[in-house]
Amino acid sequence: MRANDTNYAIELKGITKTFGRVVANENVNLSIKYGEILALLGENGSGKTTLMNILSGIYYADEGSVYIDGKEVFITNPHEAINLGIGMIHQHFKLVEVFSAMDNIVLGTRGRYVKNSALKEEILEMSKKFGLETEPDKKVYNMSVSEKQTVEIMKVLYRGAKILILDEPTSVLTPQETAKLFAILRRMKDRGNAIIIITHKLHEVLAISDRVAILRKGRVVGTVKTGETKEKELAELMVGRPVSLEINRPETTSKKTVLKVVDLSVVNEDGTRGLKNVNFKLKSGEILGVAGVAGSGQRELCETIAGLMEAKTGAILYNKENIIGKTPDEIINLGISMSFVPEDRLGMGLVGSMDMVDNMLLKSYKKNKGFIIDKKPSRKLAEELVEKLSIITPGIETPVRMLSGGNVQKVLLGREIESEPNVLITAYPVRGLDINSSYIIYDLLNEQKKKNVAILFIGEDLDVLLELSDRIMVLCHGEVMGIVDAKNTSKEEIGLMMAGKKMEGADSDE
Amino acid sequence: MNKKGHVPFIRIVKISERSGKDTLKIRIAAFISALAAGGLFILFLGYNPIELYGTIISGAFRSKMAFQATIRFMIPLLMSSLGVAMAFKMRFWNIGAEGQIIVGAVCASYFALFHDTWPHFLLLLVMFAAGALGGGLWGLIPAYFKSKYDTNETLFTLMLNYIALHIITYLRDGPWKDPGSSGFPKIARFAPNAQLDKILGVHFGWIIALILVFIVFIYLRYTKHGYEISVVGESKSTAKYAGMDVRKIILRTMAISGGICGITGMIQAAGSDMTLASSVAGGVGFTAIIVSWLAYLNPFGILLVSFLFSVLEKGSSVMQSAYGLSTYFASVLQGIILFFILGCEFFIRYKFVVSRKGGR
Repeated sequence: MRANDTNYAIELKGITKTFGRVVANENVNLSIKYGEILALLGENGSGKTTLMNILSGIYYADEGSVYIDGKEVFITNPHEAINLGIGMIHQHFKLVEVFSAMDNIVLGTRGRYVKNSALKEEILEMSKKFGLETEPDKKVYNMSVSEKQTVEIMKVLYRGAKILILDEPTSVLTPQETAKLFAILRRMKDRGNAIIIITHKLHEVLAISDRVAILRKGRVVGTVKTGETKEKELAELMVGRPVSLEINRPETTSKKTVLKVVDLSVVNEDGTRGLKNVNFKLKSGEILGVAGVAGSGQRELCETIAGLMEAKTGAILYNKENIIGKTPDEIINLGISMSFVPEDRLGMGLVGSMDMVDNMLLKSYKKNKGFIIDKKPSRKLAEELVEKLSIITPGIETPVRMLSGGNVQKVLLGREIESEPNVLITAYPVRGLDINSSYIIYDLLNEQKKKNVAILFIGEDLDVLLELSDRIMVLCHGEVMGIVDAKNTSKEEIGLMMAGKKMEGADSDE
Repeated sequence: MNKKGHVPFIRIVKISERSGKDTLKIRIAAFISALAAGGLFILFLGYNPIELYGTIISGAFRSKMAFQATIRFMIPLLMSSLGVAMAFKMRFWNIGAEGQIIVGAVCASYFALFHDTWPHFLLLLVMFAAGALGGGLWGLIPAYFKSKYDTNETLFTLMLNYIALHIITYLRDGPWKDPGSSGFPKIARFAPNAQLDKILGVHFGWIIALILVFIVFIYLRYTKHGYEISVVGESKSTAKYAGMDVRKIILRTMAISGGICGITGMIQAAGSDMTLASSVAGGVGFTAIIVSWLAYLNPFGILLVSFLFSVLEKGSSVMQSAYGLSTYFASVLQGIILFFILGCEFFIRYKFVVSRKGGR
């Protein structure tokens, strides 16, 4: 144990960090002891990641000071952070795919040469100590997401980190993998490490942490002991006002099959499997949720239906007409709207440097008669959307990349809905949104459902999927593991399927 | 154990978004700094900078003739800058304007040399079309390979420049060699019938160039095609998602981009050189890249920047005769201006922050 137990592992005093006019952190005070797990809770954009990046030397605070073991330190680069015993595990892994676990773990460490066999020994011993499962010789590209995360953790432990920071570590894990990760974290805590876990999932906070610090708009609005709080209180602190955490699931009557996917297989450009023998039906007036660990074939499914990816075999029947082989243009004209939101929100659905008016044009400009584009209708549409969805923007002529995540999402979804689609495909529509905006999006989807639109909803939060969807389809490695009624299933059941357990008779969707 | 680190004295901080006014101020400041730095350079050479700058300005404007010469410099620069700007807007790095100018000139010259008995305006019209077609085709080649095999257009267009240049050399030394040149390899002078008419003392290319400014402006900003170019430039996947035929858009835009450069070649040959010289492009295609970027791909900005560049070019040639300075002086000055203008982008996006001591 450390010599001075009275000292905090980390103490932040008056940290302020601004980016241009945006204040990311304002006068933040925070402390954590060794042998403690602190959850840093806050909505997207509340400054969690910025704060942790200051600790790990990626950013430097404008004001304020950092104390480690009671001494003031100046962390000007990531290397210094490591020397001080701070290790950060990023949301997006930073591993060399073609290297083995072992090579990744030692990569960048200096000063000592260790024989491979001895190194392997050392790594295995360390794994045992913390209850990690590592295969030192396995190449990263052969690893599952959870294995990659383990390597990331090993990496910082190998560098002697006593203070671990994990940025949204569970976003890519199944419920079972999450439970495993939490067990590891508890073990580290028992061994005297200080752990900070960044998250916006309330139930995880309650499950793992000792204390919770809640950030809102860059400020710490409260620090509570986990044992003395409830989900509702945390949500209120996080959002700043009472919130309802209920999602509606309106009942609809006329359910006809609109889209029927038959034996669909897709191969990615690099030859890897995208989808394999996928069968399902999408009905009007229903929300079909799609669950799965990131990269289980969600993107391929969306893009194939939209005509952006080629199918290897199989058919996609839209009202009995096979749409495979049709161009995106033809598919759009059939009334299949896709508000596909890839990793970065602006990547595909919107053009970041263009304003709302020009973005409204994206799917409708071809309907313009003549050579010159008449922007009046899309200006009108943009104004209507701002009004109807209460989009916060300096003006409809502001480039959309300058809007906040929630507003960008509203612009995108608003445009798609405005085209009165029959099928709406939406992937991660609430990714990065605050609670309030998320609920507006759910309401929008439910409204469409009531209008008998068939909705395919690719989600990541299982709680949301369970509450919002009528049925849930689970994907794993591009295969359908099963389609279940959302009302009669559990998170555990879905979790098992996400990890690759096939449900009985999964291929028949009747 | 923890050695006390030091607080960085100056840090670089990203700025979210500067207002348009601030941006303009920074750019003007950069331009003035560039002139100042150029002045230092002149001082270093042992001349009076103010005097020299004065000579450049007066050299470009001092007489009707001088001004006409400035405009003659400007025409090909303006047109080819408009051409490459179209491709750049699509993020297609067309650095092959040079070659497209040459091929346009070659195609037009065929009619000028071998069909010079045709009616004057018909001949010019055909030459115009041939120039556009030749340049367009030369632009289509890299676009085809880019859209089909995803080849690197930068290298591809660059290499095509040299091929084009050698085509002229081949024609000059072989099939198109002027029989009346007594052994000296050159291509015959165009008959007056195949030369551009003069309006206000300068061949009417300047009118075409001005019209092009408006056409390109409208095309990029108000038409479906222009919209498609912007979307493809921003993100090909977005374009596909919106149902655009990206391949077709790339081919079409490059044909137009090359076509405009090809017209430049025709005008340069028939308006200025009156023959097909291997210097028909003479580096204009490369300067055009600088011009269009300095103007942020805005056609009216291109009009302004290409005018300023022409003043510099013409003024420098006067400086050569007055002070015996090399005309390369203009290139040095261009380089300095470019350095400052592009460098100031850094200050538009970032600022320096001096740490307050203690930082509490």
